Amino acid sequence: MLKTLSYDVVVIGGGPGGLAAAIAARERGAERVCIIERAEELGGILQQCIHNGFGLEVLGTDLPGPAYAQHFINQVYQAGVQALLDTMVLEVTPQRVLYATNARDGILEIKAGAVVFSMGCRERTRGALAIPGTRPAGVYTAGTAQRLVNIEGYMPGRRFVILGSGDIGMIMARRLTLEGAQVERVLEIMPYLSGLKRNYVQCLQDFGIPLQLSHTVREIKGNKRVEAVVAVAVDERWQPIPGSEEVIPCDTLLLSVGLIPENELSRRLGIAMDPVTGGPIVDEGMGTSLPGFFAAGNVVHVYDLVDWVTMAGEVAGRSAAAYALGMAPASVYRLRVVAGDNVRYVVPHLFHPESLAQGPQQLQLRVREPIEEKVQVILEADGVEIWRKTERYVRPGEMVTVKLMPDLYDRLQPASTLTVSVRKPR
Amino acid sequence: MGCRLDVTLEGDKVVSVEGQACKRGLAYAQDEITDPRRVVTTTVRVVNGRHPLLPVYTERSFPKHQIFPLLQELRRVTVMAPVRAGQVILANALGTGINVLASRDMPLREEPCVS
Repeated sequence: MLKTLSYDVVVIGGGPGGLAAAIAARERGAERVCIIERAEELGGILQQCIHNGFGLEVLGTDLPGPAYAQHFINQVYQAGVQALLDTMVLEVTPQRVLYATNARDGILEIKAGAVVFSMGCRERTRGALAIPGTRPAGVYTAGTAQRLVNIEGYMPGRRFVILGSGDIGMIMARRLTLEGAQVERVLEIMPYLSGLKRNYVQCLQDFGIPLQLSHTVREIKGNKRVEAVVAVAVDERWQPIPGSEEVIPCDTLLLSVGLIPENELSRRLGIAMDPVTGGPIVDEGMGTSLPGFFAAGNVVHVYDLVDWVTMAGEVAGRSAAAYALGMAPASVYRLRVVAGDNVRYVVPHLFHPESLAQGPQQLQLRVREPIEEKVQVILEADGVEIWRKTERYVRPGEMVTVKLMPDLYDRLQPASTLTVSVRKPR
Repeated sequence: MGCRLDVTLEGDKVVSVEGQACKRGLAYAQDEITDPRRVVTTTVRVVNGRHPLLPVYTERSFPKHQIFPLLQELRRVTVMAPVRAGQVILANALGTGINVLASRDMPLREEPCVS
């Protein structure tokens, strides 16, 4: 027989986004809150992120990932949140009935007053990149290698090449070096660093690991095991430059070439998606196009810092609780937030000006191209400038935050679009 | 996020620091030249725990030139579960006065899942 459960707020995913959402939902007044987590413990990806740098903003300390997770896990249990561990959500209906499975209960039917998606993201793989060559053992995504090293206790290889200057690749370059491996090279196809500058300094520079921009892997060589990669320089259109090939002997290739928000469940529900972020279209309360469904953290777009994931989770959790309690703000009118000059995407995509009555709101954006000098971030309501600020530099790998202060309400209320642009000063 | 610092030196002495957005930059630049330090994070062996490894970290940043000796020392450490987050795993590491702490709780293997 199907076991049926019922909650006010159900959170799918017990990583930092889900943990924050669950705590916030309880604090907002939801009585029955449950996190459904596929792993055997809460914490999500943080459990394998054993490096530090977490909590600088939200906790005022510099913690390793598992310690940051532990803080919120403790709070979750203290707050009386339930957790269904080792449980996978298979399907969610628009009426907010979830079907999940685990070894203990078989199939579960769970009715929710509101649902928060916080499934995080997955890594781009070799198949998605279509790297030519043989298919030897020894090709991993950086996150898989991280799990093997930090949780399972295996060294995936001894001599590494890393494709992609994403944060996970750089972090693993350091980790593997500390565990006695040789990291030969980091190759990045773009002419600029993909991840945070601080990781370049503390993970590559500190250990003398060479980074080659505008380079990629042209071919993987090896019979049963990786024996080498063929690195090649690329031009402005990412085409290999003939004659620039270099054979780099190695036994393992790690891929750190992008994270993709995990939205299987969201897509199957027909929730409106943003093709640029790979996540759902959301408003300032992290509400999606389907009433009663909210999204928190990397499932919406990939954040640079876990602290910001926690803050987004709090917003989503509050909104979900308000909805479940029948106290969601009844507003139809909202304006569209548009990515302007040099902006690749902005989140949230939709904005209700009345939200400013609760206090400042936030926009987060990524630029298309890096500009290593002072730029202006400009807000225009229906084409008329209403606000601007200066940033010392902008990089695609470092999200820019725009704080919308309540005094902007009068300029925003009559508008239908809010365009965010990044421009060099004239 | 982050500042690009330009440091002018006379020998080993920092004469000026430019580019910092806050006071911490000054101290950081000074340390980077005379006494570079990093927080060290790694794993140690744990017995009877939910996982075979326990993540650990130095409670303060550690002298850079002693990082590899610290890792050698930690390879000799085995901890018994259960462990509490913040528990001291290695006290006064290499005589620096800096403790190495557990990053998380590590319960005994096969504790019931909380639900």
